[in-house]
Amino acid sequence: MVVKNYDICCVYSCCCSGSDTSFPLIFVQTHSLQDLHQPTASSKVFVQRDYSSGTHCRFLTKFPSELDSRLDKQQFEETVQTLNNLYAEAEKLGGKSYLEGCLACLTAYTIFLCMETHYEKVLKKIAKYIKDQNEKIYAPRGLLLTDPIERGLRVVSFETNIKPHLK
Amino acid sequence: MITRKVRKWEKLPGKNSFCCDGRVMMARQKGVFYLTLFLIVGTCSLFFAFECPYLALHLSPAIPVFAIVLFLFVIAMLFRTSFSDPGVLPRALPEEATFIEMEIEAANGNVPAGQRPPPRIRNVQINSQIVKLKYCYTCKIFRPPRASHCSICDNCVERFDHHCPWVGNCVGKRNYRYFYMFTLSLSLLTIYIFTFDIIHVAMRSVDYGFLNTLKETLKQTSALLNPVFTVLEVLVCFFTLWSVVGLTGFHTYLISLNQTTNEDIKGSWSGKNRVQNPYSHKNIFKNCCEVLCGPAYPSVLDRRGLMQDDPAGAAASSSASSSSSSASSASVTEPQTTKPKAPLIPNEHTPEDAKPSIAESPEKSPSPKEEPPENFPPLASPETDEHIKVSAHL
Repeated sequence: MVVKNYDICCVYSCCCSGSDTSFPLIFVQTHSLQDLHQPTASSKVFVQRDYSSGTHCRFLTKFPSELDSRLDKQQFEETVQTLNNLYAEAEKLGGKSYLEGCLACLTAYTIFLCMETHYEKVLKKIAKYIKDQNEKIYAPRGLLLTDPIERGLRVVSFETNIKPHLK
Repeated sequence: MITRKVRKWEKLPGKNSFCCDGRVMMARQKGVFYLTLFLIVGTCSLFFAFECPYLALHLSPAIPVFAIVLFLFVIAMLFRTSFSDPGVLPRALPEEATFIEMEIEAANGNVPAGQRPPPRIRNVQINSQIVKLKYCYTCKIFRPPRASHCSICDNCVERFDHHCPWVGNCVGKRNYRYFYMFTLSLSLLTIYIFTFDIIHVAMRSVDYGFLNTLKETLKQTSALLNPVFTVLEVLVCFFTLWSVVGLTGFHTYLISLNQTTNEDIKGSWSGKNRVQNPYSHKNIFKNCCEVLCGPAYPSVLDRRGLMQDDPAGAAASSSASSSSSSASSASVTEPQTTKPKAPLIPNEHTPEDAKPSIAESPEKSPSPKEEPPENFPPLASPETDEHIKVSAHL
């Protein structure tokens, strides 16, 4: 029996006793090294916050190397940049936010019981955007983008759904 | 195994207490808060009962009306400060914690055996100033700038100001403006009641001096008790005045410089060798506007969301959970991956805070302790963090 072109051979031998055969049967099962070192079912890649302009919510647009094979750098940057712009819009200090703040103060902040804050409206926009991105771009590539609000606005996580290897 | 749906607040780590099915969030020790409430409501009740009728009759009915409005505003601000989420950062889930550990290991390189690894600090440049981000061993995250860990509530809080026992909660990013409005309106209310108490006493003494009719003596009998209450109110207001007005003044100063109490105490931005405050707009008006009239930040702690309650301790596997730890099975953790994990070795450079009330003492152990072998970092929870400093790996 010639064994050729296998990365690793696991050789199982069994002896059949009480039969006509007088030689052991050898089963060979092959595994490739890559399969043995396959990561678990899904792993996550985290994109951290960018604090270079202060405590405002921004995420780093640096492309993580773990996503190199799965995603276009351009696409990634576009997604993160759009998210950054949306968060900037939510946290913008301008006439509108000041007016909302002053009005709320005058009503002892009870106005927020009936009205949604500007930030909450933008968060809904962000959730919708992430859902769209997942459906159109990331799901076909086997990735899942999670909303940073679920991680305390600390990270944007990309979940790589690798199908488990069936042995 | 029966899994039932629970609200996320039931599984949140940290030492907060929740009421009204997760709508109200406070610290565990509420005694001083009840005292605050009692003093405010008690003093105002006495004022409305004994001073206001006289003042409304002899001066103007607008006086009690304005007092009522001010009183309601004070109570609303107090409740808003005490019951809201101050800006708590949810703890890192196991995967995120592992990811951060990996990054730290990669950054540190090979540490020779026996040598302590370098402190877990990340430097970021904010508006051309270098700011150090410290690693929180309890929450397993690098704290954002201006965030700090409150040891009383056992949470990292964004833009942490201080933990106020009078309101029974931390004061942070989300409730700082309510806290400031509370101290400001309470100062006004105290001054208001104090002033009108003095006016009332002055007017009464004038009345007694000139008017000596029978009607007045009859009134005097029922009015005998009044001076006692008035004196009581004046005393409470006098002592409150100094502290609350002083506090309001201090916070006005902080707001104009866009600083927090925590930073002021630690002297983060003062002194010659220190960096300048990178968050200040260098304009008092702009700073005030940002702090007081800025956008209302949402809570990132989903308290009322639903999650599966799995008694086997796989709370981390609930899909929508952002901050959970198996409180019921604190020492049982499930292996998430088979990768080797970095040892969690604290050192003397772990975060220290100036005030004892906000210091996190369990992080300061200088020598790594051996623990029962675990191949993964324990899920963040107060109990595990107290006892487990090092997870021996391989």
